[in-house]
Amino acid sequence: MAKVKGSIVIDIEKCKGCEVCIPACPEEVIAIAQQVNGKGYKYAQPVTDDCTGCTNCAVVCPDGVITVYRMKVTE
Amino acid sequence: MANITDEDIRKPENLVYSRTKVLTENIMSYCPGCGHGTAHRIIAEVIEEMGIQDKTVGIAPVGCSVLAYNFFDLDMQQAPHGRAPAVGTAVKRLLPDHFVFTYQGDGDLAAIGTAETIHACNRGENITMIFINNGIYGMTGGQMAPTTLPGMKSSTSPYGRDVATMGNPLKITELLAQLPGTIYVARHAVHTPAAVRKAKKAVRKAFENQKLNKGTSFVEIVSNCNSGWKMTPNQSNKWMVDHMFPYYPMGEIKDTVGKE
Repeated sequence: MAKVKGSIVIDIEKCKGCEVCIPACPEEVIAIAQQVNGKGYKYAQPVTDDCTGCTNCAVVCPDGVITVYRMKVTE
Repeated sequence: MANITDEDIRKPENLVYSRTKVLTENIMSYCPGCGHGTAHRIIAEVIEEMGIQDKTVGIAPVGCSVLAYNFFDLDMQQAPHGRAPAVGTAVKRLLPDHFVFTYQGDGDLAAIGTAETIHACNRGENITMIFINNGIYGMTGGQMAPTTLPGMKSSTSPYGRDVATMGNPLKITELLAQLPGTIYVARHAVHTPAAVRKAKKAVRKAFENQKLNKGTSFVEIVSNCNSGWKMTPNQSNKWMVDHMFPYYPMGEIKDTVGKE
Protein backbone atom coordinates (compact mmCIF):
# COMPACT_ATOMS: atom_id res chain seq x y z
CA MET A 1 0.00 0.00 0.00
CA ALA A 2 1.32 3.34 -0.96
CA LYS A 3 1.44 5.87 1.80
CA VAL A 4 2.33 9.53 1.75
CA LYS A 5 4.98 10.94 3.97
CA GLY A 6 5.77 14.58 4.32
CA SER A 7 8.34 16.81 5.87
CA ILE A 8 8.37 20.53 6.56
CA VAL A 9 11.26 22.93 6.88
CA ILE A 10 10.61 26.13 8.83
CA ASP A 11 12.86 29.13 8.31
CA ILE A 12 13.15 29.88 12.02
CA GLU A 13 14.83 33.26 11.57
CA LYS A 14 11.79 34.52 9.60
CA CYS A 15 9.16 32.82 11.79
CA LYS A 16 7.39 35.18 14.19
CA GLY A 17 5.72 32.49 16.29
CA CYS A 18 2.16 33.62 15.55
CA GLU A 19 0.90 30.04 16.02
CA VAL A 20 -1.59 30.27 13.12
CA CYS A 21 -0.07 27.10 11.62
CA ILE A 22 -0.77 25.02 14.75
CA PRO A 23 -4.59 24.70 14.43
CA ALA A 24 -4.18 24.42 10.63
CA CYS A 25 -2.21 21.17 10.94
CA PRO A 26 -4.52 18.11 10.95
CA GLU A 27 -1.75 15.88 12.30
CA GLU A 28 -0.66 18.20 15.14
CA VAL A 29 2.92 18.14 13.94
CA ILE A 30 3.86 21.72 14.81
CA ALA A 31 4.55 23.22 18.24
CA ILE A 32 6.17 26.40 19.49
CA ALA A 33 9.78 26.03 20.59
CA GLN A 34 11.00 27.18 23.96
CA GLN A 35 14.03 28.81 22.33
CA VAL A 36 13.86 32.19 20.59
CA ASN A 37 15.22 33.27 17.22
CA GLY A 38 17.36 36.32 16.44
CA LYS A 39 14.35 38.63 16.65
CA GLY A 40 13.31 37.25 20.03
CA TYR A 41 10.28 35.29 18.83
CA LYS A 42 9.56 31.76 20.00
CA TYR A 43 9.46 30.04 16.63
CA ALA A 44 7.35 27.14 15.34
CA GLN A 45 8.99 23.77 14.78
CA PRO A 46 7.89 20.28 13.73
CA VAL A 47 7.82 17.98 16.76
CA THR A 48 6.48 14.68 15.39
CA ASP A 49 7.06 12.75 12.16
CA ASP A 50 3.35 12.35 11.34
CA CYS A 51 3.50 15.00 8.59
CA THR A 52 1.62 14.05 5.41
CA GLY A 53 2.78 17.02 3.36
CA CYS A 54 -0.74 18.46 3.03
CA THR A 55 0.70 22.03 2.81
CA ASN A 56 -2.01 23.47 5.11
CA CYS A 57 0.55 25.08 7.42
CA ALA A 58 2.46 26.64 4.53
CA VAL A 59 -0.73 27.93 2.88
CA VAL A 60 -1.87 29.71 6.03
CA CYS A 61 1.55 31.01 7.17
CA PRO A 62 1.48 34.83 7.05
CA ASP A 63 5.25 34.99 6.70
CA GLY A 64 5.64 32.26 4.08
CA VAL A 65 8.44 30.57 6.02
CA ILE A 66 7.34 26.94 5.60
CA THR A 67 8.64 24.71 2.82
CA VAL A 68 6.84 21.40 2.33
CA TYR A 69 8.15 18.15 0.84
CA ARG A 70 6.07 15.05 0.15
CA MET A 71 6.89 11.60 -1.18
CA LYS A 72 5.06 8.32 -1.71
CA VAL A 73 6.29 5.44 0.41
CA THR A 74 5.55 1.83 -0.45
CA GLU A 75 5.50 -0.59 2.41
CA MET B 1 9.15 2.36 6.18
CA ALA B 2 10.31 3.33 9.61
CA ASN B 3 13.81 4.07 8.41
CA ILE B 4 12.81 6.95 6.12
CA THR B 5 14.37 10.10 7.52
CA ASP B 6 13.49 13.72 6.90
CA GLU B 7 16.60 13.99 4.74
CA ASP B 8 15.20 11.33 2.39
CA ILE B 9 11.99 13.32 1.97
CA ARG B 10 13.59 16.77 1.68
CA LYS B 11 14.74 16.43 -1.91
CA PRO B 12 14.00 18.84 -4.77
CA GLU B 13 11.83 16.27 -6.60
CA ASN B 14 9.57 15.98 -3.53
CA LEU B 15 9.08 19.73 -3.11
CA VAL B 16 5.38 20.59 -3.03
CA TYR B 17 5.35 24.07 -1.54
CA SER B 18 7.96 26.78 -1.13
CA ARG B 19 7.96 30.54 -0.72
CA THR B 20 7.24 32.28 -4.02
CA LYS B 21 10.08 34.12 -5.73
CA VAL B 22 7.83 37.15 -6.30
CA LEU B 23 8.23 37.96 -2.60
CA THR B 24 11.58 39.38 -1.54
CA GLU B 25 13.72 37.75 1.12
CA ASN B 26 12.95 40.56 3.59
CA ILE B 27 11.42 39.49 6.89
CA MET B 28 7.78 40.65 6.97
CA SER B 29 7.58 43.61 9.33
CA TYR B 30 3.87 43.10 10.02
CA CYS B 31 2.77 41.94 13.47
CA PRO B 32 2.90 38.16 14.02
CA GLY B 33 -0.23 36.52 12.63
CA CYS B 34 -1.34 39.54 10.56
CA GLY B 35 -3.40 38.69 7.48
CA HIS B 36 -1.34 41.14 5.38
CA GLY B 37 1.44 38.58 5.06
CA THR B 38 -0.93 35.89 3.77
CA ALA B 39 -2.61 38.35 1.41
CA HIS B 40 0.80 39.40 0.07
CA ARG B 41 1.74 35.79 -0.46
CA ILE B 42 -1.36 34.82 -2.42
CA ILE B 43 -1.02 37.88 -4.67
CA ALA B 44 2.64 37.04 -5.26
CA GLU B 45 1.79 33.39 -5.99
CA VAL B 46 -0.88 34.41 -8.51
CA ILE B 47 1.61 36.74 -10.24
CA GLU B 48 4.19 33.95 -10.32
CA GLU B 49 1.70 31.40 -11.71
CA MET B 50 0.58 33.83 -14.42
CA GLY B 51 4.19 34.66 -15.27
CA ILE B 52 3.57 38.41 -15.22
CA GLN B 53 6.19 39.50 -12.69
CA ASP B 54 7.98 41.78 -15.16
CA LYS B 55 4.83 43.55 -16.33
CA THR B 56 2.93 44.04 -13.09
CA VAL B 57 2.80 47.36 -11.26
CA GLY B 58 1.57 47.48 -7.68
CA ILE B 59 0.19 50.61 -6.06
CA ALA B 60 0.50 50.82 -2.29
CA PRO B 61 -1.02 53.85 -0.57
CA VAL B 62 -0.83 54.76 3.13
CA GLY B 63 -1.43 52.52 6.12
CA CYS B 64 0.20 49.19 6.95
CA SER B 65 -0.15 48.47 3.23
CA VAL B 66 2.49 51.13 2.49
CA LEU B 67 5.12 48.59 3.51
CA ALA B 68 4.13 46.27 0.66
CA TYR B 69 6.92 47.51 -1.63
CA ASN B 70 9.46 46.00 0.78
CA PHE B 71 8.06 42.54 0.19
CA PHE B 72 6.89 42.38 -3.43
CA ASP B 73 9.68 41.90 -5.95
CA LEU B 74 7.67 44.02 -8.41
CA ASP B 75 7.54 47.56 -9.72
CA MET B 76 5.70 49.43 -7.00
CA GLN B 77 4.44 52.99 -6.79
CA GLN B 78 3.38 54.71 -3.60
CA ALA B 79 0.27 56.86 -3.67
CA PRO B 80 -1.03 59.55 -1.30
CA HIS B 81 -3.52 58.36 1.29
CA GLY B 82 -6.55 56.90 -0.45
CA ARG B 83 -5.42 57.85 -3.95
CA ALA B 84 -4.22 54.45 -5.13
CA PRO B 85 -7.11 53.95 -7.60
CA ALA B 86 -6.32 57.35 -9.17
CA VAL B 87 -2.63 56.48 -9.52
CA GLY B 88 -3.59 53.01 -10.73
CA THR B 89 -5.82 54.60 -13.38
CA ALA B 90 -2.89 56.67 -14.65
CA VAL B 91 -0.46 53.74 -14.71
CA LYS B 92 -2.93 51.47 -16.50
CA ARG B 93 -3.79 54.11 -19.12
CA LEU B 94 -0.12 54.81 -19.81
CA LEU B 95 0.91 51.14 -19.78
CA PRO B 96 -2.18 49.29 -21.00
CA ASP B 97 -0.28 46.03 -21.52
CA HIS B 98 0.76 45.95 -17.86
CA PHE B 99 -1.17 44.42 -14.98
CA VAL B 100 -1.96 47.02 -12.33
CA PHE B 101 -3.19 46.29 -8.84
CA THR B 102 -3.85 48.47 -5.82
CA TYR B 103 -3.40 47.10 -2.33
CA GLN B 104 -5.37 49.12 0.20
CA GLY B 105 -6.60 48.92 3.76
CA ASP B 106 -10.03 49.93 5.01
CA GLY B 107 -8.98 53.30 6.42
CA ASP B 108 -7.49 54.08 3.04
CA LEU B 109 -10.00 52.65 0.59
CA ALA B 110 -13.22 53.15 2.57
CA ALA B 111 -12.48 56.42 4.39
CA ILE B 112 -10.13 58.99 2.90
CA GLY B 113 -10.14 57.37 -0.53
CA THR B 114 -13.88 56.70 -0.85
CA ALA B 115 -14.25 59.20 -3.69
CA GLU B 116 -11.31 57.78 -5.68
CA THR B 117 -12.49 54.23 -5.04
CA ILE B 118 -16.06 54.85 -6.14
CA HIS B 119 -15.14 56.88 -9.20
CA ALA B 120 -12.43 54.49 -10.38
CA CYS B 121 -14.91 51.61 -10.07
CA ASN B 122 -17.67 53.64 -11.69
CA ARG B 123 -15.44 54.55 -14.64
CA GLY B 124 -14.65 50.86 -14.87
CA GLU B 125 -10.89 51.28 -14.88
CA ASN B 126 -9.29 48.02 -15.96
CA ILE B 127 -7.37 47.45 -12.73
CA THR B 128 -7.46 44.98 -9.84
CA MET B 129 -8.18 46.35 -6.40
CA ILE B 130 -7.30 44.32 -3.30
CA PHE B 131 -8.99 45.63 -0.18
CA ILE B 132 -7.82 44.45 3.24
CA ASN B 133 -10.61 45.02 5.75
CA ASN B 134 -9.67 44.63 9.40
CA GLY B 135 -12.19 47.10 10.80
CA ILE B 136 -9.60 49.41 12.30
CA TYR B 137 -6.75 51.81 11.51
CA GLY B 138 -3.95 49.37 12.30
CA MET B 139 -0.78 51.34 11.63
CA THR B 140 -1.67 54.49 13.54
CA GLY B 141 -2.73 52.78 16.76
CA GLY B 142 -6.13 51.13 16.35
CA GLN B 143 -8.44 54.10 15.77
CA MET B 144 -12.02 53.63 14.61
CA ALA B 145 -12.41 53.16 10.87
CA PRO B 146 -15.57 53.37 8.73
CA THR B 147 -15.66 49.57 8.78
CA THR B 148 -15.46 49.24 12.59
CA LEU B 149 -18.39 47.11 13.78
CA PRO B 150 -21.20 48.51 16.01
CA GLY B 151 -20.10 48.18 19.64
CA MET B 152 -16.52 47.37 18.65
CA LYS B 153 -13.92 49.02 20.86
CA SER B 154 -11.07 50.99 19.34
CA SER B 155 -8.74 53.64 20.70
CA THR B 156 -11.10 56.42 19.51
CA SER B 157 -14.28 54.56 20.48
CA PRO B 158 -13.23 53.14 23.87
CA TYR B 159 -16.84 52.37 24.88
CA GLY B 160 -17.59 50.69 21.59
CA ARG B 161 -18.85 52.21 18.33
CA ASP B 162 -22.16 53.95 19.01
CA VAL B 163 -24.13 53.89 15.77
CA ALA B 164 -26.30 56.83 16.88
CA THR B 165 -23.37 59.24 16.95
CA MET B 166 -20.67 57.49 14.89
CA GLY B 167 -22.75 56.07 12.07
CA ASN B 168 -23.00 52.61 10.59
CA PRO B 169 -20.11 50.49 9.34
CA LEU B 170 -19.62 51.03 5.63
CA LYS B 171 -20.15 48.00 3.40
CA ILE B 172 -18.15 49.48 0.57
CA THR B 173 -17.84 46.18 -1.26
CA GLU B 174 -21.61 45.77 -1.66
CA LEU B 175 -21.77 49.43 -2.65
CA LEU B 176 -19.17 48.97 -5.39
CA ALA B 177 -20.92 45.85 -6.68
CA GLN B 178 -23.87 48.04 -7.70
CA LEU B 179 -21.73 50.18 -10.00
CA PRO B 180 -21.78 49.31 -13.70
CA GLY B 181 -17.99 49.65 -13.97
CA THR B 182 -17.15 46.67 -11.76
CA ILE B 183 -17.08 43.24 -13.39
CA TYR B 184 -15.98 41.13 -10.44
CA VAL B 185 -16.53 41.81 -6.75
CA ALA B 186 -15.82 39.20 -4.07
CA ARG B 187 -15.14 38.98 -0.36
CA HIS B 188 -12.85 36.41 1.17
CA ALA B 189 -10.67 35.80 4.24
CA VAL B 190 -7.26 34.30 4.91
CA HIS B 191 -7.61 32.76 8.39
CA THR B 192 -7.72 29.03 7.48
CA PRO B 193 -6.06 26.98 4.71
CA ALA B 194 -9.43 26.51 2.94
CA ALA B 195 -10.17 30.24 3.09
CA VAL B 196 -6.71 31.09 1.75
CA ARG B 197 -7.19 28.73 -1.21
CA LYS B 198 -10.57 30.32 -2.03
CA ALA B 199 -9.15 33.83 -1.68
CA LYS B 200 -6.28 32.92 -4.00
CA LYS B 201 -8.74 31.73 -6.66
CA ALA B 202 -10.59 35.04 -6.39
CA VAL B 203 -7.35 37.04 -6.69
CA ARG B 204 -6.36 34.93 -9.71
CA LYS B 205 -9.70 35.70 -11.35
CA ALA B 206 -9.35 39.39 -10.56
CA PHE B 207 -5.95 39.46 -12.29
CA GLU B 208 -7.11 37.34 -15.25
CA ASN B 209 -9.98 39.81 -15.78
CA GLN B 210 -7.47 42.53 -16.71
CA LYS B 211 -6.84 40.64 -19.96
CA LEU B 212 -10.51 41.19 -20.91
CA ASN B 213 -10.33 44.99 -20.58
CA LYS B 214 -13.93 45.21 -19.40
CA GLY B 215 -13.84 46.88 -16.01
CA THR B 216 -12.66 46.88 -12.42
CA SER B 217 -12.11 43.70 -10.42
CA PHE B 218 -12.36 44.10 -6.67
CA VAL B 219 -11.46 41.56 -3.97
CA GLU B 220 -12.06 42.33 -0.30
CA ILE B 221 -10.07 40.26 2.16
CA VAL B 222 -11.51 40.37 5.68
CA SER B 223 -8.46 40.21 7.89
CA ASN B 224 -7.48 40.41 11.51
CA CYS B 225 -5.57 43.12 13.34
CA ASN B 226 -4.48 41.29 16.45
CA SER B 227 -2.43 44.22 17.76
CA GLY B 228 -5.27 46.68 17.22
CA TRP B 229 -7.87 44.30 18.60
CA LYS B 230 -5.58 43.43 21.54
CA MET B 231 -5.77 39.66 21.03
CA THR B 232 -3.48 36.78 20.10
CA PRO B 233 -3.50 35.86 16.38
CA ASN B 234 -5.64 32.75 16.87
CA GLN B 235 -8.03 34.60 19.22
CA SER B 236 -8.39 37.39 16.69
CA ASN B 237 -9.10 34.91 13.89
CA LYS B 238 -11.87 33.39 16.02
CA TRP B 239 -13.22 36.83 16.88
CA MET B 240 -13.21 37.66 13.19
CA VAL B 241 -15.27 34.54 12.36
CA ASP B 242 -17.73 35.25 15.19
CA HIS B 243 -18.16 39.00 14.71
CA MET B 244 -16.85 40.20 11.34
CA PHE B 245 -18.27 37.43 9.15
CA PRO B 246 -21.96 37.97 10.10
CA TYR B 247 -21.65 41.62 9.05
CA TYR B 248 -19.27 41.03 6.13
CA PRO B 249 -20.43 37.70 4.64
CA MET B 250 -17.98 35.74 2.49
CA GLY B 251 -18.50 34.95 -1.15
CA GLU B 252 -18.75 36.34 -4.66
CA ILE B 253 -20.97 39.40 -4.74
CA LYS B 254 -20.80 40.13 -8.46
CA ASP B 255 -19.36 38.20 -11.37
CA THR B 256 -20.52 39.44 -14.74
CA VAL B 257 -17.68 37.64 -16.55
CA GLY B 258 -18.73 34.19 -15.34
CA LYS B 259 -22.30 34.68 -16.58
CA GLU B 260 -21.40 35.48 -20.17
